[in-house]
Amino acid sequence: MRLDVSAMENSFTGQVNDCAGLFGAGADMPGMELPTCTDFDGFQKETKELMKNKKGTTTLAFIFDKGVIVAADSRASMGGYISSQTVRKIIEINPYMLGTMAGGAADCQFWHRNLGIKCRLHELANKRRISVAGASKMLANILYSYRGMGLSIGTMIAGWDEKGPGLYYVDSEGARLVGTRFSVGSGSLYAYGILDEGYRFEMSVEEAGELARRAIYHATFRDGASGGCVSVYHVGPNGWKKLSGDDVGELHYQFYPAQVTPVEQEMADAPAA
Amino acid sequence: MGRFDPYENNGGTCVAIAGTDYCVVAADTRLSVGYSILTRDHSKIAHLADKCVLASSGFQGDVKALQKNLSAKELVYEHNHNKKMSCPAMAQLLSNTLYYKRFFPYYAFNVLGGLDSQGKGCVFTYDAVGSYERTGYSAQGTGAALMMPVLDNQLKSPSPLLLPARDAVTPLSESDAVDLVKDVFASATERDIYTGDKVEIVVINRSGSHRECIELRKD
Repeated sequence: MRLDVSAMENSFTGQVNDCAGLFGAGADMPGMELPTCTDFDGFQKETKELMKNKKGTTTLAFIFDKGVIVAADSRASMGGYISSQTVRKIIEINPYMLGTMAGGAADCQFWHRNLGIKCRLHELANKRRISVAGASKMLANILYSYRGMGLSIGTMIAGWDEKGPGLYYVDSEGARLVGTRFSVGSGSLYAYGILDEGYRFEMSVEEAGELARRAIYHATFRDGASGGCVSVYHVGPNGWKKLSGDDVGELHYQFYPAQVTPVEQEMADAPAA
Repeated sequence: MGRFDPYENNGGTCVAIAGTDYCVVAADTRLSVGYSILTRDHSKIAHLADKCVLASSGFQGDVKALQKNLSAKELVYEHNHNKKMSCPAMAQLLSNTLYYKRFFPYYAFNVLGGLDSQGKGCVFTYDAVGSYERTGYSAQGTGAALMMPVLDNQLKSPSPLLLPARDAVTPLSESDAVDLVKDVFASATERDIYTGDKVEIVVINRSGSHRECIELRKD
């Protein structure tokens, strides 16, 4: 099937005062370069090993009566090495829509930015904001056309449109699911445990945010590939707002305050006796 | 015989540290293939704009192609917009350039350093396919895993993701940052076979850029 490379088309080639001819710098960017080999998938697998971005992460999102809560950790790992503890995994597509990042960091960053551009173009062309269903469908269609080529994206598109709060799960295999509760990544199992137990449709924004924070914290506690800071966002009728950002190491002592152990006390008493 | 392998790892390490009004970018100058050293005098650093410097380790063939590509695009930008590219703009351009080759990547591990439009130091760190992040300091390359813990120990500041936002720790002075870079390269040279010979240190500040070369162990 014809590959949709419209996203990769260089902006230079469209300009009126065409500089592409002068330098050739714009002219040699028709789309994405493909390596000449028979085993395309095998080559992709090998080159992916060079990049080694695994779905080591925990992200979650859920709908409740006051909107959508979106939360994520901030650790990026390459195999066993922590490449960053300050990654922004919640991407602001536009002031009323958020996307989460799981899988290949570059894949998520690039395609979310591309989605933001397409959403803005839709607004300009149609004089109204795009719906969450529409935005997620655009992304899902693009990812489906790259199916089998090695992209690794597990994302949730959360937003507020005319129909109210919207949440979709979209991944690089081509899946697009509508739902009310999702968690993605290696730590998702632990996050689901806390989230499913504490979830109610009627909650205050503070309660919902606290539930999300606890769920991500517990995932970072048990999953080695998740950690750093927990960021929690709320998407309401007026757009998204960041509710909290906490370092997981410090959050631990809020939930489990340090206690003085009896053994230490004995050792302090011994010299006096 | 086996298929032709288009990649090769030439080793080496790159580091960048951002300060309040300066940025230090450094890279060693050893170029290796396997256990052999091809040259002790190869620069991994490219000046893309007057306040923007790129250091890249990995496969130097791809690094060279990438540097030329970016210089050309920077020139076209200058002609179109009548001004030089700022460091954050170049950071986005580098990310896109890397991602356009998502299915046949540049085997280059990049660190971009310079001053942003307010004159504050900025460092951007990349993976091979273009994911990037603005940080206060970063190391990439074969010696990165040896250097980052030392840099974390000296320079780590509260995460920008924290809410309420916490003030970053007072950053180092320019001369202290350069000394830290020298120390960190000396340490990595001890334990990484691909890092050594010389370190090229470029400092960018308000008055322009300044370059010095420090000798390292050659074994």
